[in-house]
Amino acid sequence: MSVRQLAKEQPDSFSFKPEYAERAKRIIAKYPAGRQASAVMPLLDLAQRQEGWVTKPAIGVIAQMLNMASIRVLEVATFYTMFELHPVGKHHIQVCTNLPCQLRGSDAVVHACKEKLGIGLGERTADGQFSLMEVECAGACVNAPMAQIGDDYFEDVDATSMRKIIDALKRGEKPKAGPQNGRVHSAPLGNFTSLTDEPKPAPMQDMAAAKAAFEKAKADAAAKAAAPKT
Amino acid sequence: MLADKDRIFTNLYGHHDWRLAGAKARGDWQGTKEILDMGADWIIDEMKRSGLRGRGGAGFPTGLKWSFMPKTESDRPHYLVVNADEGEPGTCKDRDMLRFDPHKLVEGCLMASFAMRAHACYIYIRGEFYNEASNLQVAIDEAYAAGLIGDNACGSGWKFNLYLHRGAGSYICGEETALIESLEGKKGQPRLKPPFPAGVGLYGCPTTVNNVESIAVAPTILRRGASWFAGFGRPNNAGTKVFCISGHVNNPCNVEDAMSIPLKELIEKHAGGVRGGWDNLLAIIPGGASVPVLPKSICDNVLMDFDGLRDVKSGLGTAAVMVIDKSADIVAAIARLSAFYKHESCGQCTPCREGTGWMARVMKRMVKGDATLEEIDTLERVTYQIEGHTICALGDAAAWPIQGLIRHFRPELEKRIASYRESKVRASAKAA
Repeated sequence: MSVRQLAKEQPDSFSFKPEYAERAKRIIAKYPAGRQASAVMPLLDLAQRQEGWVTKPAIGVIAQMLNMASIRVLEVATFYTMFELHPVGKHHIQVCTNLPCQLRGSDAVVHACKEKLGIGLGERTADGQFSLMEVECAGACVNAPMAQIGDDYFEDVDATSMRKIIDALKRGEKPKAGPQNGRVHSAPLGNFTSLTDEPKPAPMQDMAAAKAAFEKAKADAAAKAAAPKT
Repeated sequence: MLADKDRIFTNLYGHHDWRLAGAKARGDWQGTKEILDMGADWIIDEMKRSGLRGRGGAGFPTGLKWSFMPKTESDRPHYLVVNADEGEPGTCKDRDMLRFDPHKLVEGCLMASFAMRAHACYIYIRGEFYNEASNLQVAIDEAYAAGLIGDNACGSGWKFNLYLHRGAGSYICGEETALIESLEGKKGQPRLKPPFPAGVGLYGCPTTVNNVESIAVAPTILRRGASWFAGFGRPNNAGTKVFCISGHVNNPCNVEDAMSIPLKELIEKHAGGVRGGWDNLLAIIPGGASVPVLPKSICDNVLMDFDGLRDVKSGLGTAAVMVIDKSADIVAAIARLSAFYKHESCGQCTPCREGTGWMARVMKRMVKGDATLEEIDTLERVTYQIEGHTICALGDAAAWPIQGLIRHFRPELEKRIASYRESKVRASAKAA
């Protein structure tokens, strides 16, 4: 279990900007009537997208919108680790250090980030531009090691490419996400070992024959069940 | 080796158009109405005969699972929930399906929902997969716009709505009842079973939770026929499977191949072999972080399927193959997984909440050798006290890697303890 608490310093109020309020409405409509509590996670995510983190007033506002007790929303906000309960940097760097990444050198990637940014894990740079975190498996294991920055995955990184990415972000550029070593997504580096043929629609089975066989099997089973036991 | 014409995920690497036009050109959405017209019973029967076993880790027969849903609709609506909360360390197969073959999943959701008399389906995708969720949402929107899903899906007369729901970074939500809780807007803490979701699931209604891959392969199975799919792999282990090969190989990759492929062949054919050659192999975790590690001697001949790996006291799990070569510290590797389970325990059951923390602390000491020989046995005993004593399988999953380590690498643990003691003795002698 990870213990997570709200930040000590909190803003006085929160409200969704009109465009976010509109999105919130569309999200709530996805769930059956009376089940609007289902929208709590997407709405916390929206609040975080607007403010950069999840604030205490936002929790109260969302509770009201969804007709939930505030404590239930707080419970959700503290349970799920993607909800940032403290302000994070404009570029929030999350390096995966779970086994597949560790085996391929995530320690060196973390080290490069720390050195480059002059901060430790769970910290934010003084200018508010960067924050650094260690995360559990992000699900890009064949492209390890990887780091998530904002919504994007930077894959097949090493200390050198990570430094370059940070430099680009510092310059205000948008570095290219995905594999950093020239790979095509999750394919093996170099030549493909599969999927080299031009894909064609697969042949369809004879549906009439399939239906007939199914009906016959059903009839046979029924006949067997109806037959007197000897 | 599996031929490209028999591969289901023809855009696994995203080198073709993933949108509707591209998907249709590859054969998706063809004859969908014809298949629905065959009827729900036929679809479930065909899925049963295909031998497909759930691709999310447990390997429960998919067709059988579908058949557990009530046969008629009542005042409680039926739901299909797709588990796209992929997060088992080592596993990244669903990600490629979600971002590059989303129409296979959307079409599968329609067919599976129709077979289970569900008019609504929620796909629960892990929150970190933001770009993947964006692609999938585009595919869903395209399917609505083309009339493939919606009030009259594919002209079949079946009303079908499909919604995407993003998670927020919790491994435990991959457990089906935790996922349902989370979808209802609560903390992701697993429910006691029974009742099973097919009776009481989402919003108290009959629900089936399936993995992305299990649903995404369904349209191809139904189109090509159960016997086509059953033709791959050994009996009881049918089909093709997307494997994730990570760790110490030359070319880590995702690849779809036939079930029951030898582990060694899988790695050498697709991942460029073990770094430094097969003889440099130390161990492999063959099915995601939760399954016990295997030493090289077993990896030499084992087949990658449910039964083959069960027979060597491991498991196929999600078919996420993590390769560990001789340069690695095997104790530190397993200790890293213990730290992961400690982090991800939901805290509901005492054996797991306390046990994962305790095991992680002992494992940390084991890495240094700062322990006694008896503690190896204590550690092993504790793993058996956690296993089977919790609501969900996270407790088991935390116990198994350590059991695997002790089963196959006990001498390494003993050696470390001995040398740590020796260094202590030497240091104190020097001080004296």
